[in-house]
Amino acid sequence: MTPFAVETRGLTRRFGPTTAVRDLTLQIATGEVFGLLGPNGSGKTTTIRMLCGLLAPSAGAATVAGIEVTESPDRIKERIGYMSQKFGLYEDLTVAENMDFYGGIYGLADAGRSGRIAEVVAFLGLERRLPQLAGTLSGGWKQRLALACALMHEPALLFLDEPTAGVDPAARRSFWRTIHALARAGTTVIVTTHYMDEAAQCGRVAMMSQGHLIALGTPAEVAAQVGGQSLEDAFVILQERDELEANER
Amino acid sequence: MKRFWPMFRKEFIQMRRDRLTLGIMIGIPVIQLLMFGFAIQTDVRHIPTVVLDESRTPASRDVIQAFENTGSFRIVGHVDDRRALDAAIARGDAQAGIVVPTDYPRDLARGTTATVQVIVDASDPLSSTAALAAAAGVAQVRSLAILSAAAGRSQLPLEARVRPRYNPGLRSPNYIVPGLVGVILTITMVLVTAMAIVRERERGTLEQLIVTPITKTELMLGKIAPYVGVGMVQMTAVLVLGRFVFDVPLTGNVVLLYGVALVFVIASLSLGLLVSTLVRTQQQAMQASFFFVLPNILLSGFMFPRQAMPLVFQWLGALLPLTHFLKVLRGILLKGVGVTELWPEMLLLVLFAVGLIALAVRRFQKTLD
Repeated sequence: MTPFAVETRGLTRRFGPTTAVRDLTLQIATGEVFGLLGPNGSGKTTTIRMLCGLLAPSAGAATVAGIEVTESPDRIKERIGYMSQKFGLYEDLTVAENMDFYGGIYGLADAGRSGRIAEVVAFLGLERRLPQLAGTLSGGWKQRLALACALMHEPALLFLDEPTAGVDPAARRSFWRTIHALARAGTTVIVTTHYMDEAAQCGRVAMMSQGHLIALGTPAEVAAQVGGQSLEDAFVILQERDELEANER
Repeated sequence: MKRFWPMFRKEFIQMRRDRLTLGIMIGIPVIQLLMFGFAIQTDVRHIPTVVLDESRTPASRDVIQAFENTGSFRIVGHVDDRRALDAAIARGDAQAGIVVPTDYPRDLARGTTATVQVIVDASDPLSSTAALAAAAGVAQVRSLAILSAAAGRSQLPLEARVRPRYNPGLRSPNYIVPGLVGVILTITMVLVTAMAIVRERERGTLEQLIVTPITKTELMLGKIAPYVGVGMVQMTAVLVLGRFVFDVPLTGNVVLLYGVALVFVIASLSLGLLVSTLVRTQQQAMQASFFFVLPNILLSGFMFPRQAMPLVFQWLGALLPLTHFLKVLRGILLKGVGVTELWPEMLLLVLFAVGLIALAVRRFQKTLD
């Protein structure tokens, strides 16, 4: 068994004539907070969706939690938590009902479920929101609820696709504290973002542009690649360089 | 199947919370029943009729009275010439015209064939057929009376004694109401689940749902289960109203009827799910469902007898679960028959239910492609 939480080899996904992800090879260690950076359309979401078994790869392979994605996607789904870019919970159910539903869907038996719900509620501070309809929550609370539902089954891996889009700065900060707490407890976190202050909080980052990898390493290493400038500068410079090369080809 | 119950609970809460849809699902059967039950009469009576009496004699008045006495014709006016009669029918003031010619009493007295002309507006085949049958009846009855008098007989040499079984009063509601149970269930059940998957897709909740270990079967069964209850409530509403408002009999085994209805409802819900896996938006789902409703009303035998259809359309009708469910409904409600007579239809309905749900599960993919 591979020691990595995630390992991809030449992972590729095409949508008709366009290639969303091209020949992506990387390894993510267990317990890492790994950031996937890149502008819109660079292939971050497609990559995450392939790793979660939501999209089939066109070529290449990937293992998640030691399981081949193309072989048994449903076994992977028991081990991972996922938060989609768009709020994907039921707005006509209350916070408590959403959590109870996802607890049930993740196969928690009635007895263990209420205990686990209480745990997650306390961890994320959702106590006072329980009877509220999810549709009436603010962006920050929606995001916490989505995280709560993704954590019901204590997943080994957590995939977060732009979790802080549309969330105010204070809520973002507290969200990242939560992520670090999860990582300390051994959860591998893979997160996409285009906020550079968030990227700086990741253990390692992968920068993507036009579907392929343009940089990989710790935030400091990536910044050093373009002469030790800030991560944001590095991001802009590397991306422009990549686009220039693409135009020349 | 441990994930079926959470799915069922969730669908049930959502259904209960969507008061408008729930109200419509229960309100539609009641409104449709009252509309169809009162409005649809397949036995046409009181056809508006104009009379042109050219002879104006006691004999002519007598024959006109005979037409009116059948109950099929309602005299709405007398005219003085053919042009006025044609005009009345053309305008739609009348749907039939009776012409008694000048020589009617003379021919009658002489013993040659006397003629009365009946003109019908056949652009409406149902009422014109009724008018033609009534007119032929009048002529036959009167001819017989004259002939037997001439032959010196007081009794007819032959008589056919017709006994209409199962619906002796030939009442339309007895035919329409059981059919309506099936039609209402088909329309609402298919529509409600046709929306089910696409709605989750459009709202973005499907992505979060299919990234969990829930199996396709658990998802599909959990989706349809709450609506099985709604279907049973609908059927009960129609049957109770049918019984007490339209006096439709409940002759047979009601428990058996509910059992078969359960199977039919599952088949209809599964068909809706199948539609839901084939379309991309709720609007498409709606259009596809309405597209499906029409053949159900026309080909299933709900209103038009299937025996009268060309063979191809009889086969097409046999592909609809409703066709078989209607036989069961009418069989149990009106004829009081049971499994012995209806097992082929019941077996077919079970096959439809199992086949459609399997197909829907197969079609559904737990990916976003």
